[in-house]
Amino acid sequence: MPDSPDAVREFEARIAAGETIEPKDWMPDRYRKQLIRMMSQHAHSEVVGMLPEGNWITRAPTLRRKLGLLAKVQDEAGHGLYIYCGTETLGIDRAELVDQLLAGKAKYSSIFNYPTLTWADIGAIGWFVDGAAIVNQTMLAKASYGPYARAMVRICKEENFHKRQGYEIMATLSAGTPEQKRIAQDAVNRWWWPSLMMFGPSDKDSPNSAELTRWGIKRKGNDELRQRFVNLTVGQAVAIDLVLPDPELRHDAETGNWHFGPIDWDEFTRVVHGDGPLNRERLAARQDAHRAGAWVRDAAVAHAAKRAAAADAVAKSAAA
Amino acid sequence: MPRPAASSVGRPIAVTASDSTTRSALVQFLLRLGDDRLVLGHRLSEWCGHGPILEEDIALANIALDLVGQAALLLDLAGATEDAGRDGDALAYLREAIDYRNVLLVELPKGDFAFTVVRQFLFSVAAYYQLEGIARSTQTDLAGIAAKALKETRYHVRHAGEWVIKLGDGTDESHARTQSALDGLWRYTGEMFQTDAVDAALVGAGLVPDLTTVEPRWLAQVTDVIERATLTIPAAGYMQRGGRSGRHTEHLGIMLAEMQILQRSYPGAKW
Ligand SMILES: [Fe+2]
Ligand SMILES: [Fe+2]
Ligand SMILES: [Fe+2]
Repeated sequence: MPDSPDAVREFEARIAAGETIEPKDWMPDRYRKQLIRMMSQHAHSEVVGMLPEGNWITRAPTLRRKLGLLAKVQDEAGHGLYIYCGTETLGIDRAELVDQLLAGKAKYSSIFNYPTLTWADIGAIGWFVDGAAIVNQTMLAKASYGPYARAMVRICKEENFHKRQGYEIMATLSAGTPEQKRIAQDAVNRWWWPSLMMFGPSDKDSPNSAELTRWGIKRKGNDELRQRFVNLTVGQAVAIDLVLPDPELRHDAETGNWHFGPIDWDEFTRVVHGDGPLNRERLAARQDAHRAGAWVRDAAVAHAAKRAAAADAVAKSAAA
Repeated sequence: MPRPAASSVGRPIAVTASDSTTRSALVQFLLRLGDDRLVLGHRLSEWCGHGPILEEDIALANIALDLVGQAALLLDLAGATEDAGRDGDALAYLREAIDYRNVLLVELPKGDFAFTVVRQFLFSVAAYYQLEGIARSTQTDLAGIAAKALKETRYHVRHAGEWVIKLGDGTDESHARTQSALDGLWRYTGEMFQTDAVDAALVGAGLVPDLTTVEPRWLAQVTDVIERATLTIPAAGYMQRGGRSGRHTEHLGIMLAEMQILQRSYPGAKW
């Protein structure tokens, strides 16, 4: 049954008045669908994002770095879990969402399809990828859907910590030996542009933007957020003597913004559609873990059933 | 979560020069405790991103964090006690396999999830009773680390124990995998309770209480859980040993090659 125009009008009035929508409230079917899409993509991104960084846990160069990275990747798993739970408030099972990911039907942030080649990539990811996520999620913390907004508030605190940790790794490398400096600059060269792509295509080319904005899910446009990220990051790069790989980067006195060069949207489209360096490997890693863990999940279910049956039998014999 | 500031470590240990035997025994003892935790924490961290369910990615990473955190404190204290200019990182990243002092149990590859949780259970129960004793050490830095580790280990025992029961008493497949893990691991458990001159020197100096009661308490608790898991304790047989004196399996060298690569490739660099 299509949503009644009156109900939609009333819903949009609530959004316009800045009210928060909660799971039990009425919402248009499209609103629910858009949120499920967005939130599950976000949750998948947290989980797939564990892979490139997890790649360096066993090679972290000091005990402190090992603990820091392990804690960060653990946080990302927590974010994934938390956002899956938030998505479930919209009436869909986490198992179904995970199946969509494993079947290759769901998207996740394309940046995680790039490889981590040196230890410096761990710094660059924290600095750029978590940094970009903060800009995006600070905006989402004001989203009209309560469970999503609250999840973002909580998660953003940890992302801030991740960003600082990543930046500190980069600062240390940049001030280190010439070889350390070289891997730091190389990581910046490889991660900068994909990080700018994380905000998505220009709003005029972004099919979902208008609807998401009208319903208060997104409060700012992709280009605006991207610009904010660039403005924040330029000075940070200068401070640790690393060069952002963009010859067009210059300060625009009129707008106060840092002007940046054109983004290679062909690359973005190619990676989104499956031809990034590691799309297949990332998906295969998730599928392998899921397949290898099937007997564990089955065992937990079987054991819980046995326990329930035993408790039942005790209750019956007590009643008899 | 970063490593807690090592405020209590790094200062000279109160043993006099005439105590050089005690001092070197204490260094060895700290290396044993630290290496056990570093190697097992490393093995657990290999699961990160590949667990059977997201909740276990989190739980195993959590235990790995506890163990590597304990190792960092213990190895820093070992370095300070040794007083030869080595800190925890130097001990972790610049020693050869033959210098590592962990039990063989912890260096075996992570195996399947049953192998991982059975090993964790067997280790954590022993660790729990050991730490309970060590927390009463008259060496206050060591006692402090042990007291903190004891709290963490209580959770490790519970988490791994619950999984042993779930898997043992789950499906036919999980039962078979868990029994097979137990059978494969059993011959490596004896080394956890082996004592030698190092322990004797520390007990004699009153630094560490006598830990000979750990094994019977370990066996009682392990037997209880194994029975509830409908599994069978393997028949007694030869117990593998060698880790405490640097005689390891082939797995440790490969693990260290991976773990130490950056420190070995960039000598003297700061990270
Ligand atoms: Fe995250
Ligand atoms: Fe995120
Ligand atoms: Fe993060």
